[in-house]
Amino acid sequence: MTITTPPIAAAAAELPPAAFWRLKGFPLIPVLILLFIAFVAVFADVLAPYDPQVGSLARRFRPPAWQDGGSMAYLLGTDHVGRDVLSRLIFGARVSMIVGITAVLVAGGIGTLLGIVSGYLGGWADQVVMRITDTWLALPALTFAIFLAAIVGPSEFNIILILGLVYWTRYARVIRGEVLSLKQREFVRLAIVAGCSSRVIMWRHILPNVINSAVVLATLMLGVVIVTEASLSFLGVGVPPPKPAWGLMMADGKKGLMVGYWWLTVLPGICIMLMVLSANLLGDWLRVKLDPQLRQL
Amino acid sequence: MKQYIVRRAGYSLLSLFLLSLVIFLFVRVTGDPVSLLVEPGASPEDIENMRRQFGLDRPLWEQYWHFMASLAVGDLGQSFYYRTPVFELYFQRLPNSLLLAAVAMSLSLLIGIPSGILAAVRVDGFWDSAGKIFALLGLSLPSFWVGLVLILFFSVYLGWLPSSGSGSTLHLLMPAFTLGWYFAAAHMRLTRSSMLEVLGSEYIKLARLKGLPEALVIGKHALKNALIPVITLAGINLVVMINVAVVVETVFAWPGIGRLLYEGITFRDFPIVQGVVVIGGAMIVLVNLLVDILYALIDPRIRLES
Amino acid sequence: MSSQPLLSLEHLSAHYVSQQGARVVRAVDDVTLSLNAGGTLGIVGESGSGKTTLALTIMRLLPPAARIVSGRMMFEGENLVDKSDTEMRRVRGKRIAMILQDPMASLNPLFSIGNQVGEPLRVHEGASRAGAWQRAVALLKSVRIASPETRVSQFPHEMSGGMRQRIVGAIGISCEPRLLIADEPTTSLDLTIQAQYLDLLRDLQREHGLALIFITHNLGIVAKMCDQLAVMYAGRVVEQGPVSRIFSTPAHPYTRALLGSIPRMTDNREHLTAIEGQPPDLSALPPGCSFAPRCPMAFARCQVETPPEFAVDEGRTARCWLAAPGADAKAEMMKTSNVA
Repeated sequence: MTITTPPIAAAAAELPPAAFWRLKGFPLIPVLILLFIAFVAVFADVLAPYDPQVGSLARRFRPPAWQDGGSMAYLLGTDHVGRDVLSRLIFGARVSMIVGITAVLVAGGIGTLLGIVSGYLGGWADQVVMRITDTWLALPALTFAIFLAAIVGPSEFNIILILGLVYWTRYARVIRGEVLSLKQREFVRLAIVAGCSSRVIMWRHILPNVINSAVVLATLMLGVVIVTEASLSFLGVGVPPPKPAWGLMMADGKKGLMVGYWWLTVLPGICIMLMVLSANLLGDWLRVKLDPQLRQL
Repeated sequence: MKQYIVRRAGYSLLSLFLLSLVIFLFVRVTGDPVSLLVEPGASPEDIENMRRQFGLDRPLWEQYWHFMASLAVGDLGQSFYYRTPVFELYFQRLPNSLLLAAVAMSLSLLIGIPSGILAAVRVDGFWDSAGKIFALLGLSLPSFWVGLVLILFFSVYLGWLPSSGSGSTLHLLMPAFTLGWYFAAAHMRLTRSSMLEVLGSEYIKLARLKGLPEALVIGKHALKNALIPVITLAGINLVVMINVAVVVETVFAWPGIGRLLYEGITFRDFPIVQGVVVIGGAMIVLVNLLVDILYALIDPRIRLES
Repeated sequence: MSSQPLLSLEHLSAHYVSQQGARVVRAVDDVTLSLNAGGTLGIVGESGSGKTTLALTIMRLLPPAARIVSGRMMFEGENLVDKSDTEMRRVRGKRIAMILQDPMASLNPLFSIGNQVGEPLRVHEGASRAGAWQRAVALLKSVRIASPETRVSQFPHEMSGGMRQRIVGAIGISCEPRLLIADEPTTSLDLTIQAQYLDLLRDLQREHGLALIFITHNLGIVAKMCDQLAVMYAGRVVEQGPVSRIFSTPAHPYTRALLGSIPRMTDNREHLTAIEGQPPDLSALPPGCSFAPRCPMAFARCQVETPPEFAVDEGRTARCWLAAPGADAKAEMMKTSNVA
């Protein structure tokens, strides 16, 4: 009775087809937002006005340009050690993108592989994988991720690995389901009858057909992964300082919150929200486009 | 019915076993377990002693046996920082987390269920669209951001509510709302879809054909059926809430399990981290079992399943 | 018995309109039918012919996408089309009852039998809980369910299919309605139980003075239970009249084809005859007679003009150009007759 659909995705699925961010059903604004974030991430070195890791204590806690005390020099203000918020947000986009996409690929890779193997081969391989997935799913992702981070220590690389390890089970479940129904299809049976080995069948016939689902699921998982990464960074077990991760910025920002330095916490959060929301709206569109049968995802 | 319970219990036992195995393996197999299990700042001799004491020079299966044996008696080690058994620490803090989770769950159901029902009954109406947007926002805004924004408004700008600690109802409001927010959206969505499904069924059609007033059709016939999956999810979510409250409790400095976990990570107090994860996982497995049994009690169809 | 029919539908039409108004599905088109008190009317047709929609129209329980566009539904002298929702609710279950096809799905799995059978009594007649419970027991007895006292507190999944259908029947007659509409009541029952159930319905009809409408695709039931018959095709009534006469001399080619496709014990035929082609798409009906594309006797006029209902003889109509006043009609039918 475990719920396997990322609930955000399912929520996105219920929005009306002709909404303001869509153009003929295509989620125009979300895609633009994601492309923008990707662009910013790639060209961060050029776009950011300052070095995100260097600050001057003389310039700490400057508010954004439109408030009293702010200046155009620091468009979105500075943080508690005088680093430019805008630059950190820009470089943070890079971190989020890299961690998010890589983690999703890792989780997707492992999950798809195991899903295919367990679904196609069945028998004890299937049982083992299924029991492991059940156990994995018994722990909430966040708790599990914290546990693993406490063991191996935080670093960007480790985080990607951890997120991949935590989320592969979502993939495995779904892909396995797909494979089970694919197994009944004619072309697979023909391949078996023709004497192809299991390995060839899985690689040539099964894999290309589950790629669609894997891609859709990857897009949908991106949002979840990013929120988890932000939570981990916020707690101090994610991307370690002084690297600018949005979650980390918010943790730092908490220090100034009680005196009203709102920009340090609100702005990174908005960035996270935009990225997550866009990824989910895109994923939902993809799901319908690539295969209407994936509606149950 | 008894057979059903026995079967489910057996399944839970298996899950618990696998869970402990997974946790054990991760600790022992990745990295150097000694550095985790020994206090930071110990001398090399102490480390060697610890190594022997923890049996880390023994074969893996023997280590596992000791691990399970201590788990069985509730020995999860001792916290470096507090110098008290982790087990004790955990159950000391648990009531706080339970309180927070209970209030948050009530809030999420109070908001989620009625709005879900309204959205289903007036499909595609104003309430439905509003509900969908609320659901999407609720699920994509990180909870700690919501918490921090709330602090900004209600503590910093308005000064109405205290920003951290516990001790009064006022302290409870913001953390409970932040924690419940995500789940309210999830519950609303589930109520809505469950309600829609039930509303399309034949017995609802017949209820209308009987000439029953719409309020009775929805309130009596539809509701009980529609709420089954929602209650199931809520039950499981209660325990999930306790586990994921780590972020909310950190933001509001609420002295519960989540904050304990945060302390464990920050102070490199590994026994706490391990203990929280083990107990947390076990609790989820147990709650799943309880909910399944409750399910059987509500739905007469399952009672007679052989 | 008054001369006024109990139920009289006059040129009733109900259409589904898609959201943008682009597609119109004429689910019920220009239907005129009448039924006397205590009589039994059979409505026959293929799936998609509009028979269930017609029943839902009478009950005013069409889904939101559909509406009654024209016509009247006179029941005991009142036009049901004009009634408000509240008034209609008092009609449903109390004066007109309906039972659905799948008895397992019709019963709410979470409530006891007694609760569900007594419910209409509590709502329509203000019966107390205890009173409704007792009357539920009595109702179960009248639909011939054994040991009703124990059954009444049980749940739907504990009953067999035949019992469930009886329970649904008991719910139907609980408030002593004047009219009971049965939508494919025997489709989900075993053959052996079907006969028992039909006998029960007929007895109930006699005891309570019920008028029955049978919606079915099974002509055997019609032959056994009904005195009047209406044949529907693509949302329209193509033939109606007394059962015996329609069976002996069908006036509409569709009816003939339906009757002809029933295999009979005395036949020596080698092949089963089916009607060629598919039922039309109700949102894109061909001009003229909707059966023309499949009709073995269609001629030029059929493809162009939709035939109105013509009187064939006393109390019988057929919607066919062959039935138009003109001597050749019967001759045409005889000529092309190659089916016994």
